[in-house]
Amino acid sequence: MNAMDKVKIARDPRRPHFNEFAKFVCDDFEELHGDRLVNDDRGLVGGVAKIGDFRCVVLGHNKGATVEENMASNFGMACPDGYRKAMRLASLAERFHMPVVTFVDTPGAYPGREAEERGQAEAIAKSLEFFSALKTPVVVVVTGEGGSGGALAIAVGDKILMLENAVYSVISPEGCAGILWRDGSKAPEAAEALKITATDLLALGAIDEVVPEPKGGAHKNVKSACLKIKRAVIAKLKELTKLPVEELVQKRYDKFVAMGRFN
Amino acid sequence: MGWFEPKTEKSAVPPAKAIWAICPKCNSHFSKAQWKKNDSICPKCNYHGRLSARERIARMADEGSFEELSPEISYSDHLKFRDAAGDYRSKVEAAMKKTGEKESVVTGRCTIGGFKSVLGVMDFSFMGGSLGTGAGEKITVAAETALAERRALIIFSASGGARMHEGILSLMQMAKTSAAIQRLKAAGLPFISVLTDPTTGGVSASYAMLGDVNITEPRALIGFAGRRVIENTIRQKLPEDFQSAEYLLKHGFIDRVVARSEMKGFIVKLLDLFGVSK
Repeated sequence: MNAMDKVKIARDPRRPHFNEFAKFVCDDFEELHGDRLVNDDRGLVGGVAKIGDFRCVVLGHNKGATVEENMASNFGMACPDGYRKAMRLASLAERFHMPVVTFVDTPGAYPGREAEERGQAEAIAKSLEFFSALKTPVVVVVTGEGGSGGALAIAVGDKILMLENAVYSVISPEGCAGILWRDGSKAPEAAEALKITATDLLALGAIDEVVPEPKGGAHKNVKSACLKIKRAVIAKLKELTKLPVEELVQKRYDKFVAMGRFN
Repeated sequence: MGWFEPKTEKSAVPPAKAIWAICPKCNSHFSKAQWKKNDSICPKCNYHGRLSARERIARMADEGSFEELSPEISYSDHLKFRDAAGDYRSKVEAAMKKTGEKESVVTGRCTIGGFKSVLGVMDFSFMGGSLGTGAGEKITVAAETALAERRALIIFSASGGARMHEGILSLMQMAKTSAAIQRLKAAGLPFISVLTDPTTGGVSASYAMLGDVNITEPRALIGFAGRRVIENTIRQKLPEDFQSAEYLLKHGFIDRVVARSEMKGFIVKLLDLFGVSK
């Protein structure tokens, strides 16, 4: 299977999305709404939940299964209000000593007039800064498309897991092909060159673990895929909640600073 | 080359760009000497044009005080990246030759009006000021040095965003630099971010927007997504001044639009007011 095949699977509308994770990875999920400033973004949602024995704050991009659902949630593309809501909910996690679990699946941050006017760049930047120093464990699961800065904004964590067929990239293969090949149809070449599959990213040190999917992909057996995620997340939570919080935050800093370190 | 491909005739008349400086904002033509004499600022519309990293450093650092940090750091071709135009290595080496720099940012210790600082300046002419692992590392080292030596950090950004030739690790530089700047700010040291023309994509969405004070120059382009991408998404025309320095000021993301001639004076004032040591 080449990189572009993975991109297609990662974007398959039948794949599990946030709704399924809330149902099958979480034991008890209650959504909480709004950034307390202007809006309740539907592209990025979150709430409180139990995952196994762990009380958690859960955040994720909200892709839908149908066109109608996707119209309502901007195809999982978050606006600044979404990132600000994420920070608000993650602050609750810190105050109430709950870990944060995030599900990453977005083509990218929403490119729109209002998103720019409300500071898309500032919201993403602030989110990176905020999660880098959050005093509680953060487990990230890249479940579908990890689309650039819009994905990274909720992907600064202590452990970064990635589903076997998910992709995570600095730019979409189509975008890269359009710029460097001057031809969007060269996306398969760009996908290959960018090294965006879970195994590539593990080798590059950008993620910590690949979570296997059921045979044929997560969409073939959504429940089983979610159980595999749940097991992997609980294992990481067990590990991370044992660490003193200062050590946890220091390790998170060291982890990101080591990415592309020159000696 | 196929015989059927049209030959491009070499014109005897040199292209307009060779003689004229053309303002990219208002399209007015000036002689290159005139443009230079006006400090690369458009005499007609006040657009503040791009400067090289070294030109900015000369305008900001106290004379003779600049001591470069990590000058050896350059790019990393960990993906062995190749596209239609060739390999990344030759592209970045051409940029090195053109600019005389090893990466898209130059950093160093200096004093500014006597105040202890670390200054970083991005150079848009080095691969569009793109943020790869080398530039990310240099900015991180700059922030860590400022923290260790209790200096202020001042970064002039000019960038199209992350450098895609270095893949995911370019993206991770956004997180890395933001984490380093978080620590500096948490330690009570000021970070002053100057977003010059243009600052977009992964650079505006990381350290450039994290200043305790965010400054820009007149008419600079600042934004996250490209104008055309947005127009294609929302299928409507955007206002002419969309993503301009003045537009961001109006929407609350910039503290001040400062003319080039006033820039050093304003920054010195801030360093003084924030209690940076001499």
